[in-house]
Amino acid sequence: MAKTVDQYFGELRETRVWRSIFRSGTGSSTLKRAVAIQQNVFLHLFSTKVRTRVLGFSATWYLGTLTLGTFLLLVATGIPLMLYYHPSVPQAYADMKDLQFVVSSGLFLRNLHRWSAHAMVFLVFAHMFKVFYRGAYRTPREFNWVIGVVLLLITLLLSYTGYLLPWDQLAYWAITVGSNIASAVPLMGDKIRFLLLGGHAVNANALLRFYVLHCMILPLTAMFFVAIHFWRIRKDGGLYSHSSEPEVVRARVANGREDENPPSRKIGEKEDTPSTVSVKEEQ
Amino acid sequence: MTDAKDFVAGVDSNAKRSPRRIVFITRRTSAQVKAETEEQIQTFPEVLFRAAVAIQVLAIALVWIALVFNAPLEGLADPSHTPNPAKAPWYFLGLQEMLHYFPPVVAGVLVPGLVVMALIVIPYFKVNIEADGLFLKDRQRRLRMFYIVAAVLSIFLGWFHVVVALIPTLIMAALMLVASQSSPKSSSAFRRYLAARPLSYWIMTWFLFELVVLTAVGTFFRGPGWSWVWPWQG
Repeated sequence: MAKTVDQYFGELRETRVWRSIFRSGTGSSTLKRAVAIQQNVFLHLFSTKVRTRVLGFSATWYLGTLTLGTFLLLVATGIPLMLYYHPSVPQAYADMKDLQFVVSSGLFLRNLHRWSAHAMVFLVFAHMFKVFYRGAYRTPREFNWVIGVVLLLITLLLSYTGYLLPWDQLAYWAITVGSNIASAVPLMGDKIRFLLLGGHAVNANALLRFYVLHCMILPLTAMFFVAIHFWRIRKDGGLYSHSSEPEVVRARVANGREDENPPSRKIGEKEDTPSTVSVKEEQ
Repeated sequence: MTDAKDFVAGVDSNAKRSPRRIVFITRRTSAQVKAETEEQIQTFPEVLFRAAVAIQVLAIALVWIALVFNAPLEGLADPSHTPNPAKAPWYFLGLQEMLHYFPPVVAGVLVPGLVVMALIVIPYFKVNIEADGLFLKDRQRRLRMFYIVAAVLSIFLGWFHVVVALIPTLIMAALMLVASQSSPKSSSAFRRYLAARPLSYWIMTWFLFELVVLTAVGTFFRGPGWSWVWPWQG
């Protein structure tokens, strides 16, 4: 009898090699599924369990997830683009033309990279406003909000540095307009502008600096902060849902409305024990 | 529960044996544990699956856009030939619009610097943690403050002829006026909603409104010499 894909996969997961790679072992019990998250260096940033209610579309609109999606798309399209790109004048512009007319799917790669970048800037803003209007920046999530603001700035810088790389008129003058603002900073404006451009005008040095920032420094910085951003979601008590906040739970208990949604369970309750300990499960 | 002891507490000096933890539970002192049992699902695989679907939908949409619309590519960069207008990337066009009215040190440094500072400190100010309607408590003083701030801001923007920023400000001020004249017992749901909005909501919504309007004006309504151009004028 022919085996199903599941059976093949089950056998694969039993092999010595597989088990040496994945520490979580086999099985699909709740424990094993929790361990699959907890014992994985990347996935352990996340909680092993998530409240069902905050996974509804209206709670987050999945804006954070979608922002991550655009970032992954940008990495996936950006690396192949780097293979065809020289950060030098005027070769950079010739590479754009090559991408357009010579390289297989080069035009598509550049299009996808460009539109994903616009989408990421938009989604980061949308994510920020959504988090604000939900009040999800409240204690204990203050610092994760601050990291979010840092990530917003990094996203803007990533997009801005990438804007120069095609070395066409649009890129050149947009960066000229933008970098002129830097020189308006009191006292050290011109120094900042010189540091950013590697010269007094947008030229080949500026292109190289923007290239290094765009392909190396800023993506690595972004990944660093994204990791903290995700990890803090777990450490700060999971995705924000107002009615699970400690003070809301306490208020509900105080008002004697503890039977309201969401249901809460009492263990070992007695009439003559007045003290209540509210326990929040470690995520 | 009986009073008879069903355990023996003692000291074991055998270092080779793993220690046992013993918990002593006596009557009347048991802690009352109240655990939240809100429904949860496993991250692996359910939540990861949902995230994958969301990202997949996004990827399909972006791939479709990339197949249909080409990224802009103009002529080779030419420092001797300035296009008119020279525009920054769209997310900076709100700033560029401000640069049209104010000196660079104000529009390019002071305002964005203050916006970033304001965003960072949001969670650290009690006024942003409160969720009560702005005009529900301490009504007279807050109304006075609102009138002063709205008037000063409007006169300032009007003085410099910043019409594109003045109009959103006036609309927000009008909405706040309606909010101040509403209460949680108002008959219309809209007014009940407005009455319950806290100060942080009003500030952030004003900021969002200005951001959208300024960016849209800079993107679609500005032509040569940063003059007003209707999108259909080409």
